[in-house]
Amino acid sequence: MKVFLMHKGHDFELQGKLPFNENALMQDLELGTLFNAMALGDAFLFDVAKKAVLSSIYNDLDTILYRQNILKDCLKNPSIVRGIYDISVRLIEIRKKHFLGIFKYPASILSSSMGILHEFIVMLKKLKNIADENSDKFTSEGFTAFFAMLKKELDEEYFAKVQNHLSELKFRGGVLISAELGKGNKGTNYILRKRQDKIKQSWIKQIFAKKPHAYSFSISDRDESGAKALSGLKDRAINLVANALAQSADHILSFFSMLRIELAFYVGCLNLYEQILQLEEPTCFPLPVASGERRHSFKGLYDVCLALTMKQKIVDNDLNADNKNLIIITGANQGGKSTFLRSIGLSQLMMQCGIFVPAVSFSSNICEGLFTHYRREEDPTMKSGKLDEELSRMSDIADNITSNSMVLFNESFAATNEREGSEISRQIVIALLEKRIKVFFVTHLYEFAHGFYDKKMENAIFLRAERQADGERTYKVIEGEPLQTSYGEDLYRAVFETDI
Amino acid sequence: MVFRSILFEKTEDIITEETLEAPVFFVDLNLDQIIDTITTGKQEYNLKPFFYNPLNDVDAIEYRHEVFRDLENSILFEHIKSFSQKMRLMREYLSQSDKLYYKYQKERWFLDAVDIYCDAVHCLTHDLSFVDLKSRGFLAFREYMANYTASSSFTSLLAETKRLIADLSSVQYYLLIKGSTITVSRYGSEINYSKDVEETFEKFKQGAVKDYKVEFSDWPEMNHVEANVLNLVAKLYPDIFLNIDNYYAKNNSFLDKTIAIFSREIQFYIAYHEYVALFKQVGLKFCYPQISDKSKEVYDYEGFDLALGHKLITEKSSVVCNDFYLKDKERIIVVSGPNQGGKTTFARTFGQLHYMAGIGCPVPGIKAQLYLFDTLFTHFEKEENINNLSGKLQDDLVRIYDILSKATSNSIIIINEIFTSTTLDDAIFLGKKIMEKIIRLDILCVCVTFVDELASLSEKTVSMVSTVVPENPTLRTYKILRRPADGLSYAMSIAEKYRLTYDILKERIRS
Repeated sequence: MKVFLMHKGHDFELQGKLPFNENALMQDLELGTLFNAMALGDAFLFDVAKKAVLSSIYNDLDTILYRQNILKDCLKNPSIVRGIYDISVRLIEIRKKHFLGIFKYPASILSSSMGILHEFIVMLKKLKNIADENSDKFTSEGFTAFFAMLKKELDEEYFAKVQNHLSELKFRGGVLISAELGKGNKGTNYILRKRQDKIKQSWIKQIFAKKPHAYSFSISDRDESGAKALSGLKDRAINLVANALAQSADHILSFFSMLRIELAFYVGCLNLYEQILQLEEPTCFPLPVASGERRHSFKGLYDVCLALTMKQKIVDNDLNADNKNLIIITGANQGGKSTFLRSIGLSQLMMQCGIFVPAVSFSSNICEGLFTHYRREEDPTMKSGKLDEELSRMSDIADNITSNSMVLFNESFAATNEREGSEISRQIVIALLEKRIKVFFVTHLYEFAHGFYDKKMENAIFLRAERQADGERTYKVIEGEPLQTSYGEDLYRAVFETDI
Repeated sequence: MVFRSILFEKTEDIITEETLEAPVFFVDLNLDQIIDTITTGKQEYNLKPFFYNPLNDVDAIEYRHEVFRDLENSILFEHIKSFSQKMRLMREYLSQSDKLYYKYQKERWFLDAVDIYCDAVHCLTHDLSFVDLKSRGFLAFREYMANYTASSSFTSLLAETKRLIADLSSVQYYLLIKGSTITVSRYGSEINYSKDVEETFEKFKQGAVKDYKVEFSDWPEMNHVEANVLNLVAKLYPDIFLNIDNYYAKNNSFLDKTIAIFSREIQFYIAYHEYVALFKQVGLKFCYPQISDKSKEVYDYEGFDLALGHKLITEKSSVVCNDFYLKDKERIIVVSGPNQGGKTTFARTFGQLHYMAGIGCPVPGIKAQLYLFDTLFTHFEKEENINNLSGKLQDDLVRIYDILSKATSNSIIIINEIFTSTTLDDAIFLGKKIMEKIIRLDILCVCVTFVDELASLSEKTVSMVSTVVPENPTLRTYKILRRPADGLSYAMSIAEKYRLTYDILKERIRS
């Protein structure tokens, strides 16, 4: 029995590989804010959200669409999905109350496992009932298959069989064991045998009564060592069945654990959705296209983390950068460039993870890797100079990047004079473009930005943080030629005016 | 030739009373450590007596060299090892059989012991027939084994053993435990219930889970419940168990005496062979020494102290080899030079080489000729003993007197630091006196001393010196070289190193 709600045909790996730059992504894209919104204080939900989003760059187109459909079902039936999730949480709590691993005797392992299984069966039945009553409300491929599996595997007959085992394993008719002669003629290879129903009634009479095929002896009540030896024999015989039962409990547990992990992702999405709804911000299911294509066009894209932090509607942006590989953003300080760049990164990860996107409409090609290269604070350890440090991080990216990835640069390579910074940036960007890597570059390096502008490349687009003639910022990013000033003077004046 | 022993060709050489006491010089030469290491893990064979009895006949030594050479064939060596392991297992089974209480258990351990024995004998005989053997010992042993395995007593033992084991392994029975009653039966159900349960829950399986199986300790003894069950099983299969009763009564002396002796004696070779392998692993060499009871010209090239070498190898340090030779009239090696430079080690090596050669073993070195001595004497410094009222010097003299009165011209004497507890003049005087006696007896001798004068007493003495690295005198090379004794150079170079020589010290001292 498999859950398969994250991937069609295989499990979601909570311990799977994460990109080497997970910490940089967390920091640069403010992902913590996103995960907190999904988790609502639940550490487990946070962990699953984090792993799912950060590993999303490994997802293919089918997986994204598979999850989108499942998520749409969730948005339609949030209470049912949360209900199933709660069952999985409760079952795991039941198991935690029992301490199976500490028993030394198979008899105790067996009886304890039977106790666990009794409680598990109740949960399984609940799950089955939900499936029976609600499956018609779900249309996604993932949920349809999930409910169909529950119906098929957990039918009445199966529950009856399990109940039968649980009562049979109380051994009211005695324990039947086969054995052979081992080393030194000691009994060995003790195997628990099932007594067949057909001959159950007359079994002892038929077989054990016929001399000379059977002999009996009894342990006297006062023979304590004899009683111990007897239970030792029994323990050997039920060792395997006790193990099988304990492992079965673990298997059921692991099924529900997987169910919990995979649903945790969707529960996180539901939490996020409900908060965005309260902000009256739009969401949409994006249209992903293959990684070989170049598409990046959206309407009303906003930085969901900023919106969640501000708890209000914020400025959004439109863009049509289809068939572009290079997007250079210049313009006013505090004009919304960083927010724009972050919304690019966030929307890309959310799309690739199968989540809705904070926009009115959104379409982009899948990236096979997402990298951020942001200006960092001075290295407090004084181990290396700032440009040195930046280039070292760039080198790490170069070690890990492949074609059809995307890099977000934020004021990189500015820790030197403009000419050198521009030249370094230019050489890096040209190399990336030739490797078919999509580049978003926020920069104040005029020579660098304008150098590309002059080339009039078909695959480049230039954006500018908007500044109205009076110096007022709109926080909108619009298409426009790189300008030689970033209006720092405005900022200077603004600061000093208010000061005076 | 009728095979008797792999250690001795001549019946009269066979040690009749094995001594458990090591020769007196063992401790001085660290031979006790060497033999302890060699016999570690082989205590059950009681091999030490073999190492305590030097041979006194060149041909007896050659008999062992031949066996050692055959065992250099790794195929033969592995066959012998595997035979030994089986024989050891057989002994364990027999002793288990003796220890146990219940009859059917004793009989079964005995039966399995015999089975292992038959297998060991059978395999070895078969294996030997394909090996190219050269030694007198192994050739005779192979013939003995061929005859033994073809004998009707062995073949019928083998057949009966196999049949009984097959019968027992066919026994299957069922237990029904209900309350405090156990019923034992020949028939029951075929359904494996554990599998049935496993299959029921199989569908939930996501991956590997914890193993909850309990480990049961399996000691050989049975409790009375198991014994009762076994008795009832015997009643269910009466014919099989009756046959085993008879077999057990009939075969108590199944073990062939000569094979039993061989299985012990061959351990002498195996133990030494494995010991040598430790040294060969790090590139050290062993050779079969030429042994002479006539010529006192001896030599060994690239020899080393086995005890120290073993210690160094375990510490992963390197081992320094040394050469020596005595030719023509040379009889006595006088070793002098800096302390901790390997002098005592060199003296021990000389003694060890001769002793190990004397029991027929290969010795450290690439090439060696050694003397077949009648007795080996050592005189090493003893700690002062409060119970010994005489002084240390007197004690030294008493001991050396004792040695010289027992030694013959066929003996070997190793002297280490004699007469240290007196003035140098005394030491020179006494040393010369003793050396003169040794020279007169024409005895092979190594004498470690700080008295340089002893190094050039006669044409029979050879001076050898422990050496240091010239650039850094605190570093020893542990090389002992044939060279005139010059006690000064070492002390001077140390003084220079610490800038304490006359000129330098004069300059350093401010006026």
